[in-house]
Amino acid sequence: MNDTTGRPSPDALLRQAAQEGKGRLKIFLGAAPGVGKTFEMLSDGRTRAKAGVDVVIGVVETHGRIETEQLTRGYEIVPRRAVAHAGGTLQEMDLDAILARSPRLVLVDELAHTNATGSRHPKRYQDVVELLDAGIDVYSTLNIQHVESLNDVVASFTRVRVRETVPDSILETAEIEVVDIPPDELIERLKDGKVYLPQEATRALSLFFSKSNLSALRELALRRAAQAVDAQMLDHVRALGVGGTWAGSERIVVAVSEAPGAEGLVRAGKRIADALHAPWTALHVETPRTQGFSDDEHRQIAKVLNLATQLGAAAATVPAASVIEGLKAFSANARATQLVVGKSVRSRWFELRHGSVVDRLVRETPGVAVHVLPIEGAGSRKLRLRPGHWGSRAGYAWTALMVGGVTAIANALFHILNLGNVALLYLLPVMAAASLFGLRTGLFAGVLSSLAYNFFFLPPTGTLTINNPENVVSVLVLLGIALATSQLTSRVRAQADLAAASARANAALAGFLRQLGAINDAEALARAICEEIGRLFDFRTMLLVPAPTGTGLVLQAANTEVRLETMELAAAQWALDAGTPAGRGSDTLAASEWLFRPMRAGERTLAVLGMARDDSAEPLRADQLPLLTGLIDQAALLLERLRLEAEMRDIDRLRERDRLRAALLSSVSHDLRTPLTAVMAAAGQLDQGATPELIATLQSESARLNRFVANLLDMARVEAGALTLTLEPVDLSDAVAGAAQDARRALEGHAIVLDVPPNLPLVRVDPQLLHHCLLNLLDNAGRYADPGTPVTVRGVHRHDTLTLSVLDQGPGLPPGRESEVFETFRRLEGSDRQIGGTGLGLAIVKAFAEAMGMAVRAGNREDGTGADFRLIFPKALLVRDSDGDWIL
Amino acid sequence: MTDATVLVIDDEQSIRRLLRNTLERAGYGVVEAANGGEALKAAERHTPAAILLDLGLPDRDGLSLVPLLRKLGEATILVVSARDETDQKVAALDLGADDYVTKPFDTEELLARLRVALRHAGHRAKPKTLRAGDVEIDFEHRRVRRAGEEVHLTRKEYDVLACLAEAPGRVVTHQRILAAAWPLDHDRKIEYLRIVIRNLRQKIEPADAVGSVVANELGVGYRLLTAG
Repeated sequence: MNDTTGRPSPDALLRQAAQEGKGRLKIFLGAAPGVGKTFEMLSDGRTRAKAGVDVVIGVVETHGRIETEQLTRGYEIVPRRAVAHAGGTLQEMDLDAILARSPRLVLVDELAHTNATGSRHPKRYQDVVELLDAGIDVYSTLNIQHVESLNDVVASFTRVRVRETVPDSILETAEIEVVDIPPDELIERLKDGKVYLPQEATRALSLFFSKSNLSALRELALRRAAQAVDAQMLDHVRALGVGGTWAGSERIVVAVSEAPGAEGLVRAGKRIADALHAPWTALHVETPRTQGFSDDEHRQIAKVLNLATQLGAAAATVPAASVIEGLKAFSANARATQLVVGKSVRSRWFELRHGSVVDRLVRETPGVAVHVLPIEGAGSRKLRLRPGHWGSRAGYAWTALMVGGVTAIANALFHILNLGNVALLYLLPVMAAASLFGLRTGLFAGVLSSLAYNFFFLPPTGTLTINNPENVVSVLVLLGIALATSQLTSRVRAQADLAAASARANAALAGFLRQLGAINDAEALARAICEEIGRLFDFRTMLLVPAPTGTGLVLQAANTEVRLETMELAAAQWALDAGTPAGRGSDTLAASEWLFRPMRAGERTLAVLGMARDDSAEPLRADQLPLLTGLIDQAALLLERLRLEAEMRDIDRLRERDRLRAALLSSVSHDLRTPLTAVMAAAGQLDQGATPELIATLQSESARLNRFVANLLDMARVEAGALTLTLEPVDLSDAVAGAAQDARRALEGHAIVLDVPPNLPLVRVDPQLLHHCLLNLLDNAGRYADPGTPVTVRGVHRHDTLTLSVLDQGPGLPPGRESEVFETFRRLEGSDRQIGGTGLGLAIVKAFAEAMGMAVRAGNREDGTGADFRLIFPKALLVRDSDGDWIL
Repeated sequence: MTDATVLVIDDEQSIRRLLRNTLERAGYGVVEAANGGEALKAAERHTPAAILLDLGLPDRDGLSLVPLLRKLGEATILVVSARDETDQKVAALDLGADDYVTKPFDTEELLARLRVALRHAGHRAKPKTLRAGDVEIDFEHRRVRRAGEEVHLTRKEYDVLACLAEAPGRVVTHQRILAAAWPLDHDRKIEYLRIVIRNLRQKIEPADAVGSVVANELGVGYRLLTAG
């Protein structure tokens, strides 16, 4: 079994082997005292006891709770042992008594308990290990804060440190059931006095029971359980750096910007993460400002995020109104404990005006340590005007029209308005222009309005001179409002754009996963990846995988005609080997028309995705990178999942083959030798005269041998895939009669009743294979039917489906395990009471039937008098004539 | 009993010994051949009345021997083959073999087949009537009686039955029956034959003994079972 695949790991196998013969441990894990672990353990134990398992209580603390007390009733309780301790006596679990009693399952409350001095082991979990070694199953209870590796974490936020801890290794081999109730309910129970707390610790513990503490503890417990249940999968996810893992207490977020020094920040983040063995994330916050970035700046950000990914970080991009808002929100969501930011060398003046970002961060993210590293080049906050933001000509035209209109209206109404009201009227075109057409057009409206106001209404009218200094203020106000309004609206619009872009990205990602998650075939998945990514980004795409021979790459899918030139192959190979992008737009082999990005899961590069644009432009725009990276990561995970599944199937297949081989040997030695022995013995006695008994023995035993050999040959053909079908229309009444005729000898002592109506449609099957199916079914029925009872073959044509049932009168099949009879060399327990069952016959029935497109079912007769084996001929097998009618 | 000579062609000595024993006890003379070369020589020298031919020979394909043996004499040829070689059986019959026996065989069955084949070879003149179980076929008047009662058959049913009755006790391939009963039909389909056989059986066989007169040979054809 440990041949070429190299998996599963030898360690895992060894661990498994070590577990065999030992008892199994089940831990009822709770977030806090009072969640009902003991109660749950007792109920569970009771269920086992009802199922006939020998269960005793080793030690259970009821703390005087009545419901718990009631549950212990009916259990056998191993009396505790009195230990002298500090002048008094303590009642400890009696390990030796339990070992001597040797139950199948023992309930041991409070796994973290410290034994009284003078006990065999200082800790109760050591007692439990001894019980497990003795082959006794143990149920036990544990609170999350007693888990060694989480002790510090819990203490850090609850301010309560427990000294009694249980090593993680104990949890690793245990089955873990989380006993979980919502924090509110637990607090309720605490208030009602339903939670037992040791007297001396009451006060500290009540502080402990705050809602936030309980929520965090609960999360810890659930995560720890998930970790135990699926350690392998989590390892895998962790290796990928995809969020959602819990590794200890620390979590680091590095904030990156477009500044050239950001790479240094990322490296520093990596060092901190390594030192703390913590997962880390490189975060870029997209603000409205980001919209105005040049392609170079976008590319710089992408490069930094990419570097972080290569160093093991998860990369994330979040939209927010400001960098601080984004950092705050992300840190809170991700439960970050450390934040790494760069600080620009700025002038005093700038800081006075804007306040230090760092100060605000420290103030607004309590509980998060903020590392500030100096970087260069950041922070020169130029007023960024986006190219093309001069506004459209139409905007200016509309603005001029509006100002003209307002002037006309104001002129018409001037006799009832005063000057101030007229100024107010001019606000309308200014605000409209600023919000509709942007900053420049707004300013234009402001200038135009003030000019018109000045020219037409401010005395002296008809000139641009202003007499009254008050009126200067009016002009300035108009300009100021234009400025403010356009700033405000453009920011709102930018944010809306950002939000929409991020929603689009999320929708794309979700759609991608939905589309691809259901695919279970590697090639189809590769095709879908190429098509989806190609569609989303308007690329030509191809997916290359390592060649099965071990060297080179082969094309697995593409959304276009692909011809691989030397340059492309070299770039793809580079991407595969180095695990970094190669080809157009990258640092390596940039002359290639295609850009290749590795698809990585953990340490492995599973495939390489190639991208190109029709116009040979650089495939990737910088702002598309985060989404593309996300898609590729997800796609790689899907590929990895398929690969793991395939590996599991291979292992299953090998295991099944091993089982078959072993079963074949034992079957051959038994089923061949038995009739052979009988034949040889009978032949040996023939010279003393051939009695009818001897002749009958020779005939029946050699017939049995013949059947067995025929079955072995059939099975060999099935296994070798050498089954060739000769399909022809078959009349079932004919086929059944023939099979009954041939099976007569095997069914000695049983009448064969044929209940097959003569007007069934013909079916298109292989007559030989069908014959063998029927023979084996009849043979099987004859073997398990009660002596003297008839075996019935019944044909039914209903709902376009034809069913042949072989019915016997006997013990039938164990309920719930009916379909197992079709497995090769499987004889259901308790059903092989007679000679001759090879365990092959029914497997052949299934293999033959399925090869012909039929289905088989095993079950019991509706009245429960015996077994009912069915051959089901679906509609497609029924023969129709040219008019589409059944041929009857 | 008879003194007809039977040529046994098989490469397994144990099988030849068994067959010699069985056949001699039944009154036949026996000649053996272990391969194709010997078989042809023996057939020429001994002009056997019947030949038992195993298809699996070491030196040449057993099938290719069938037409050669046919040319060498009038012998009835019985092919002996393993059970899953349906194609081979049909091919052998098409090439001129008279019947086949499936390995492993029952010696009684083998002797019965041999008797039928030899009897058939004995009188080639077409009889006027034939009995199969309680069914009597009157070829002259194209009438069929069952237990003395006249049975009304359709034209196709009669044609099929008559085709089988031409070689009573021997297998007749699907293709041969189809050619005899549907002589003008180019699109001959087994399903038609199945239906005709089914209807025929309902008329001439007891309901609880399907196949007692017209026996099905899986994947090959049908056989009319004459008494015994």
